[in-house]
Amino acid sequence: MSKKIALTGNYAIAYAVKLAKPDVIAAYPITPQSPIVEKLAEMIESGELKASMIRVESEHSALAACFGAAVAGARVFTATSSQGLLYMHEVVHWASRARIPMVMAVVSRTINTPWNIWPDHSDFVDQRDTGWIMAYAMDNQEAFDLTLQAFKISEDPSVYLPVMVGIEGFILSHTAMPVEIPDEKLVDDWLGERTQPYVIDGLEPKGLGPLTLPEDTEDIFYGIQLAMENSKRVIKSVDSEYGKLFGREYGGLISCYYCNNAKYIAIALGSWTGDLIEAVNTLREEGYPIGVIRVRFYRPFPREDLWEVLRGAKGVFVFDRAISFGAWGPLFTDLVAGLIQYTNKLPIIVNIVAGIAGVHVSAEDFHNMLLSLINRVESGLEHGYFDWVRIRR
Amino acid sequence: MSESQVKPPLPYSARDVVLPGDASCHGCPIPIALKVLSAVFGEKMILVIPACCTSVIVGTYPGQSLKASIIHVPFASAAAVASGVAQALKMRGISDVQVVAWAGDGGTADIGMATVSGAAERNEDIFYIMYDNEAYMNTGIQRSSSTPRGAWTTTTPILGKGENKKDVAKVLIAHNVPYVATASIGYPHDLYSKLQRAKNIHGFKYIQIHAPCPTGWRFDPKYTVKIAKLAVETGFWILYEYYNGKLIISGPSRPLLDSSKRKPIEEYLKLQGRFRTITPEIINSINEYIESNWSWIKKLM
Repeated sequence: MSKKIALTGNYAIAYAVKLAKPDVIAAYPITPQSPIVEKLAEMIESGELKASMIRVESEHSALAACFGAAVAGARVFTATSSQGLLYMHEVVHWASRARIPMVMAVVSRTINTPWNIWPDHSDFVDQRDTGWIMAYAMDNQEAFDLTLQAFKISEDPSVYLPVMVGIEGFILSHTAMPVEIPDEKLVDDWLGERTQPYVIDGLEPKGLGPLTLPEDTEDIFYGIQLAMENSKRVIKSVDSEYGKLFGREYGGLISCYYCNNAKYIAIALGSWTGDLIEAVNTLREEGYPIGVIRVRFYRPFPREDLWEVLRGAKGVFVFDRAISFGAWGPLFTDLVAGLIQYTNKLPIIVNIVAGIAGVHVSAEDFHNMLLSLINRVESGLEHGYFDWVRIRR
Repeated sequence: MSESQVKPPLPYSARDVVLPGDASCHGCPIPIALKVLSAVFGEKMILVIPACCTSVIVGTYPGQSLKASIIHVPFASAAAVASGVAQALKMRGISDVQVVAWAGDGGTADIGMATVSGAAERNEDIFYIMYDNEAYMNTGIQRSSSTPRGAWTTTTPILGKGENKKDVAKVLIAHNVPYVATASIGYPHDLYSKLQRAKNIHGFKYIQIHAPCPTGWRFDPKYTVKIAKLAVETGFWILYEYYNGKLIISGPSRPLLDSSKRKPIEEYLKLQGRFRTITPEIINSINEYIESNWSWIKKLM
């Protein structure tokens, strides 16, 4: 039987992991991620979850231990944030290049120094080039659903890549909402046993990752690119079968709100899109033809889906909660690079970077920014631009 | 020849695992150690190898020179990956496969130290074997914390290393793991019996194998075993086991408790180009280092 309970974002992820029945969990504490693995430790010690927990001495070792366990045939999970994610970055690459299915939660928090534990997306987008499938949730229910789906996507034979699921620290991780937990038996039947491209368990001699010449190495890496392309289809079919079985379908790689007949489209990732949607609600009521695309999967980058929605748009406003210093927001970079593969006549695309280091951006802030952007386009703005908006109260 | 002098033969079915042909330098000690390891575990071992000479020695994709399983892993991660592998095997009910983290001194004493310490403290059921060639040989003979005092390396090119060798075995004894041993490629039977004893012990097992490197230590490749033996005979490298809270000195080192039985350290040093410019002061300090190691050993016996 499914049930609905109030869960924080962190606990929602922990409950999803429990249903996925991992064999090995390895983790290292970091705020704001820690409650995920604390909950999982409690589940293991109380006997609710039959898994081995390796309480490692660093994040580098957390992912390394998960990597080793996964190579040896275990379903594995870890979670981290910010500095911890940066510390394990080497192994993040290692896992995907070995094509090892695994799942990691990233509870976003900005990057130090100075010490700051508030959320933005800079830790998450920093993993852009690692070869992981990268999903980001907007609320706790979606954090639950994406985590469970991540195992299915990761272990799909046409994908075989690790998957990370992001949520914003504190905004989701430490606030509760009702989350529906599906029936265990249904999940078991749907998710099935772990599958992976190879297992090294010593039963027959095998090798992984020896010195490899350039052409062979390039072929291996090209396989990751192909798998990323394959994963787009898998992500969509997993989303839709999950919808049929458990009642929630999110639209695949992106979610659209008011996109039909929208002249203007705002784009964002993560939970601050909730405030953005609220602002667009108001603007719609005020008669403005504007919609929102929420990017659910940052890798593979959903250029086809974005183009389908944006091809008729007059103005596109990309909100990035991360900054590539010396350039602009990473979503913006990818969006423009994606769209120019379809057209030489781009709509007006503006990039707003905001909410950095946890600065709060309210629905009202979004409303003001969007109104001003629409007015500028309507008054004949000739081309897009980038602005870092530092909101102060 | 009396009965007691006959050494048991190594089961050289080892050649079934360490295949002929690899990418090691002439006189490399590593394949010697791998053969002993293979004689004990056969094909049913998973070597977890971080960046080190062995990463190259075992050959290029798609082949490998060992008929056993190998997982190549990031430099600082061997003990952690091995922990994960061991936990996965346990969860899957596989109990007849040995998980061995196989790393050099750089990957153990330096960049991997925290990871080794973590796995040791958790008492993971793995072997951790450090083959100690006393510098970063694979990257071109740079100084490590396991390089002995006075040794030339490419990052101590004029003055030689100023500090004494870090004693990782001692660090592991301080972790109170079930088994710690030192060994040498000059004494394969000793290494063999240590592996045999340790494989029946549950938990973290650490073995440090002294492994003279002709390329990095600057000696004629035909002297690898001779120099390994000299390291022991001069008392510079002491063979022992530590388990059940006791240190047991191993056969080849036992007579050297009496310092008069030790060969002069000069015999060891003079064969190695890395000590070519060593001063009498440094030789004195090496002798003091040797003496202090022996007094420590005597305390734990």
